[in-house]
Amino acid sequence: MPIQYYLFLSLALFCIGIMGALMRRNAIIIFMSIELMLNAVNLLLAAFSKMYNDGAAQVFVFFIMVVAAAEVAVGLAIIVMMYRKVHSVDVNILNRLKH
Amino acid sequence: MDILQILFWLLTVMAIGCALGVVLSRNPVNSVIFLILTFFAISGHYLLLNAQFLAIVNIIVYAGAIMVLFLFVIMLMNLNADTEPQKSWLVQLAGVISGGTLFLVIIAAISKVGHLGVIDKNATDIGLIKNLGKVLFTDYVFAFEISSVLFLTAMIGAIVIGKKEAE
Repeated sequence: MPIQYYLFLSLALFCIGIMGALMRRNAIIIFMSIELMLNAVNLLLAAFSKMYNDGAAQVFVFFIMVVAAAEVAVGLAIIVMMYRKVHSVDVNILNRLKH
Repeated sequence: MDILQILFWLLTVMAIGCALGVVLSRNPVNSVIFLILTFFAISGHYLLLNAQFLAIVNIIVYAGAIMVLFLFVIMLMNLNADTEPQKSWLVQLAGVISGGTLFLVIIAAISKVGHLGVIDKNATDIGLIKNLGKVLFTDYVFAFEISSVLFLTAMIGAIVIGKKEAE
């Protein structure tokens, strides 16, 4: 199976994630889109790992998962705190620094 | 077409369809369910790529832990389709156009490259825990230790941020 198939699949998932981050106003959905993008990259790393018969890429995927888990913990804490302050998860409310 | 290719296309359709469901569904709970299905499809792809350890970790960590955290927060805030804020259709169209343009540009760049290579069918044992552990604890042991510090920092940070402030 050519590596192009996995490239296109990861690219499609990554672009769907970008669209989600740009289209939605709900902070949690934007966060989930970022998770989707991280997973697209993980899939591509795993495909390259098999292509070059090298385990290092899979260790990188493992580290990306570790960082994503830490990111989710802090990010959801921030979203919960934001909800407690403004009673909404709409990111458009958070542009007050602009004014 | 052999069974592996049929599985590949099945999982690909499932992954992309469910990823679109994450972005397009109005109810945040449905988005989370779709994202869990996407992660299961990606785990299936890991299995096809002989990355058995990653497939299991993906299910346990992503679909198991992280998504439950998302679901927990969404249900805590009682979000549903009625409270969902919507961007104007112009901004949504701009988002779709910019994402689609990026997709097209990178596809054009990749197809100009020509032959990139094929998946090595004989590389079946790199994804096993024994081999990955050897790589992780010899070449990347420093990064492993640093990631434990990162976890500790994230844990403390989440507690400090999420704590109720004293009145």
